Amino acid sequence: MAKVSKSPWMLHYDGSSCNGCDIEVLACLTPVYDVERFGVLNTGNPKHADILLITGGINTQNKPVVEQLYSQMPEPKVVCAVGICACNGGVFKDCYNIIGGVDKVLPVDVYVPGCAARPNAIIDGVVKAVAVLEEKRKKYKKERGEKA
Amino acid sequence: MANRTIIPFGPQHPVLPEPIHLDLVLEDEKVVDAIPKIGYVHRGLEQLAEKRDFNDYLYVIERTCGICSFMHGMGYVEAMERIFDTEIPDRAKYLRTIWAEMSRVHSHLLWLGLLADAFGFEALFYQTWRLREQILDMFEESTGGRVIFSVNKIGGVLKDMPKEMLQKFVKNFDGMEKELKKLTNVFLNDYTVQSRLKGVGMLSPQDAVYLGAAGPMMRASGIKIDTRTLGYAAYSDIDFDIITSKECDCYARCDVRIQEIFQSFHIIRQAVNKIPDGEISVAVKGNPNGEAFMRVEQPRGEAIYYCRANGTKFLDRVRVRTPTFTNLTPLLHTLKGCELADVPLLILTIDPCISCTER
Repeated sequence: MAKVSKSPWMLHYDGSSCNGCDIEVLACLTPVYDVERFGVLNTGNPKHADILLITGGINTQNKPVVEQLYSQMPEPKVVCAVGICACNGGVFKDCYNIIGGVDKVLPVDVYVPGCAARPNAIIDGVVKAVAVLEEKRKKYKKERGEKA
Repeated sequence: MANRTIIPFGPQHPVLPEPIHLDLVLEDEKVVDAIPKIGYVHRGLEQLAEKRDFNDYLYVIERTCGICSFMHGMGYVEAMERIFDTEIPDRAKYLRTIWAEMSRVHSHLLWLGLLADAFGFEALFYQTWRLREQILDMFEESTGGRVIFSVNKIGGVLKDMPKEMLQKFVKNFDGMEKELKKLTNVFLNDYTVQSRLKGVGMLSPQDAVYLGAAGPMMRASGIKIDTRTLGYAAYSDIDFDIITSKECDCYARCDVRIQEIFQSFHIIRQAVNKIPDGEISVAVKGNPNGEAFMRVEQPRGEAIYYCRANGTKFLDRVRVRTPTFTNLTPLLHTLKGCELADVPLLILTIDPCISCTER
């Protein structure tokens, strides 16, 4: 795990998942798994968030919502696709209303496959996302000519 | 008349794990109208029956909803067994009952946690979910999955639970029951919790029937309806009461769900005592032909499954009607006239499962 200089906050949004991954994401926050020990906090506000955690595939109705949430997050930001549906559509791939995985609309940095993704896998994904965030932050500062 | 404001609520909102959008029409702080907009989770799952054969479709329908996935699978396979006119072994019926009741415990504990989160009692949320993890461990031990199990098959179940495992589970439930009693004390007797729940979101028995409420929402308004009394799976051999409350408010819904958890423990204990030995599945051959209709009591209320087969391996039509969909109308009714601050609480008391609703 990369050295973390700041406490990353995450925003969870349910794309069109079956709920299985969502309750596993919530289970990550509760005592047994407790992602807060890495300093990761769940926030409801996209303007406070660094990591966007999306479960479920993209459909026509939620596509603008996902895009809007992403655009409201400040740079640098990381997208983490949780569950096989978010990775490529999963079991619902052939449904008429599913466009596909999250990467059809957003640049995804970390993929966490699984149906439903286990909390251990989700935590691993979030920790990887933190490392990506760190890199992005350095790059972002370099571009602006600030000291990393 | 005061000025009217429209506040958009959702689809992304801290209190909602799932997306639903409501336009709340406010006069000062009072909600006068709520206009819902759904479809954020719509996948078109029923139509997938044309592309997956009837055996594979089971794995699709289990993923209607991750919270009551077992019950969705069970409703579908029981409907298909009616089409095939198959009688499944008794042991499979009891195993289904045990898993179904464990799902109910898990779902109600999840809901209690979310409720505590909605009125800002974080410690209670954490405690409830800590308790819920014990059920998930038992699921993992017996089926291999934490939220999606895939243990049903047409003609029975895929996995058996040995006697020692069942005894161990019953012992675990005794421990859980003790811990739950402590939590119950907070949910039902704490002064601050009561001040948020009592008298909020009244739904009279007449309205509950007229608007078609389902499950605990209906029973909290004093209407005695429970689909388990129809005796699917092994429920016909098991003795249980229908839990109702006369208070009709959020407190009553909380109370009904808590009592249902204790009831589920009671049902599981009976099932473990009565479970017969023997086979867990029978072979089902050929393609289905005909139609069937199945009603199942999910944690959120009555769900209906309709399957029509045409003699090929692809089904003509699958229809699922889920409890949250019918509970939306009573929700909109209770929202009218409430305070803005109570809106998240009221949405939660129907135990919304949006992925069930929109499929």
